[in-house]
Amino acid sequence: MSQPTTSAPPRAAAGGAATASAAGAAAPSYDLERVRADFPLLAQTIHGRPLIYLDNAASSQKPRAVLEAIAGCYRDYYANVGRGVHRLAQLATTARERARETVRAFVGAAAAEEIVFVSGTTEAINLVAHSYGRGRRTGLAAGDEVLVTAMEHHSNLVPWQLLCEERGASLRVVPIDRRGELDLAAFRRLLSPRTRIVAVAHVSNVLGTINPVAEIADLVHRRGAVLVVDGAQAAPHLTVDVAMLGCDFYAFSGHKVYGPSGIGALYGRAELLAAMPPWQGGGGMIEQVRFEGTTYAPPPQRFEAGTPNIEGAIGLAAALDYLTTLGLNAVAVWEGRLLQWAAERLGAIPGVQLVGSARERAGLLSFLVEGVHPHDVGTVLDGLGIAVRAGHHCAQPLMEVLEVPATTRASFGLYNTLDEVDALAAAVERVREVFA
Amino acid sequence: MSGGFGELQDLYGEVILDHNRRPRNFGRLPGASHSAVGYNPLCGDRVEVYLRVEQGRIEEIAFEGVGCAISTASASMMTEALRGKSLEETRRLFASFHALVTGAPAGGGSTRAGFGGEARAEAAGSSAAGGALELGKLAAFAGVGEYPMRVKCATLAWHALQSALQSGAAAAQLEPEPPPGSKETS
Repeated sequence: MSQPTTSAPPRAAAGGAATASAAGAAAPSYDLERVRADFPLLAQTIHGRPLIYLDNAASSQKPRAVLEAIAGCYRDYYANVGRGVHRLAQLATTARERARETVRAFVGAAAAEEIVFVSGTTEAINLVAHSYGRGRRTGLAAGDEVLVTAMEHHSNLVPWQLLCEERGASLRVVPIDRRGELDLAAFRRLLSPRTRIVAVAHVSNVLGTINPVAEIADLVHRRGAVLVVDGAQAAPHLTVDVAMLGCDFYAFSGHKVYGPSGIGALYGRAELLAAMPPWQGGGGMIEQVRFEGTTYAPPPQRFEAGTPNIEGAIGLAAALDYLTTLGLNAVAVWEGRLLQWAAERLGAIPGVQLVGSARERAGLLSFLVEGVHPHDVGTVLDGLGIAVRAGHHCAQPLMEVLEVPATTRASFGLYNTLDEVDALAAAVERVREVFA
Repeated sequence: MSGGFGELQDLYGEVILDHNRRPRNFGRLPGASHSAVGYNPLCGDRVEVYLRVEQGRIEEIAFEGVGCAISTASASMMTEALRGKSLEETRRLFASFHALVTGAPAGGGSTRAGFGGEARAEAAGSSAAGGALELGKLAAFAGVGEYPMRVKCATLAWHALQSALQSGAAAAQLEPEPPPGSKETS
């Protein structure tokens, strides 16, 4: 198929009502300068120019509140968690469990026990593929089917391939249309009585498409399958409410929501987690250990073997607090404005093609400059102090569908400005000059 | 190019931009005696190198593929530099080129040119004896040394060449160790 192209500027990420008020806004509803001052890293120069950080979809920068939370844990109350009777162990355990509660509230889960701390989205999905996908009561059998979409990141594809290969199950792929939206008619056709697991990105990391998770969940559940949602690119930009989405599992990473790397969370519906076996053995995940056999702790501890990333969980909670204090709706409205402005500015440059034109999009813009390889675009932009991503974005199958080897991707965060978008557009024009 | 663009000019010099715009010896080579594909899984770049080798000498050489300006220009200039060269000269040139783009000291033992220890030792000797001089136009790639992420772009065609000479068909190996942080994330 040919590349999806943009004909109209995308709508903002958040609820439709917020979009109209954002149109044309020159500033977010929060104090952008003060917010930028919260992120110490942003105040630096790259190759003698002010840093313009537009690689937030790969990883976002961290506010001082997160740095302080991590330092505070190590400085004031660090000890191992869940297994000590002494004062520091209690403090650290309490702080980590409070962080779990913060994550619960952030994703709208019913109970903190439905939140498993993991290293990130990749580990979360692997956990589901291993434990649910291979469990005695829940696992796949030969002939079963797993459904993924053409826009999945490798981390929401390869674990399912491994599972299918091992179990003799088959992997089906839902195609996308030329806008870069899921082909829901094909999705309905591909859902079958053999479908056991459906794995979908909430937001595409290449196209920015927001997938209709609630609608998908409904279809999936009518077939008796479970829905696993990769929320890595959604959690920084959208209000996530697993109850409203109706998904069975939801995974996201801390480092993309202004928190530390090496921490993330998996939401799993309580009855599913309860039916799932451990996937890693070790300390902290047991009930009673005997040489003849071991019984396991209830979720979420059952899935958290070994000493966890304690300061990571605490840092993640600080990041989520920061985000919710600003207000996810305000952030979404502002990022929608940045995205719309970027699409308008870049789309007006001759020889620049925007990749993806889904009607609902969030956070990022992939583009191609005619005759210039994305890596060269990325290097020239870097020379001008602008950080973007160039490559296949861990979505090689999608690149094949789009018939491009790679794209350049600008991705926005709550601290980006319209001036930065203007600088991006000017830099892309410069790219055209250099390679003319 | 001006204002804050000086470093980039070192990378994207006129010669490189010219070879990117108008790659030389681009296309399949009918009657090739050797060929191989070089593939960079990190960025999806792909280059296929074709050779006609007679009596230990490269009589004809061509390439085709999709890549960035650095990998395209490198492949193009490699084909120009190697036509008529003996395999031994080819080995020495790759060693010198490799040392250039990795920023390795001339004559240092740290090249990963990969033609085997013997070739490395010879390359080191030739560098010490002024091997860098043989680089000629290829010296335009000196700027790559400042961009560790782009070294594999500059060497992709050379690795394909090496692979073609060794096996005649197999896919080329990449740089043995990618630079720190080169792993693709989302």
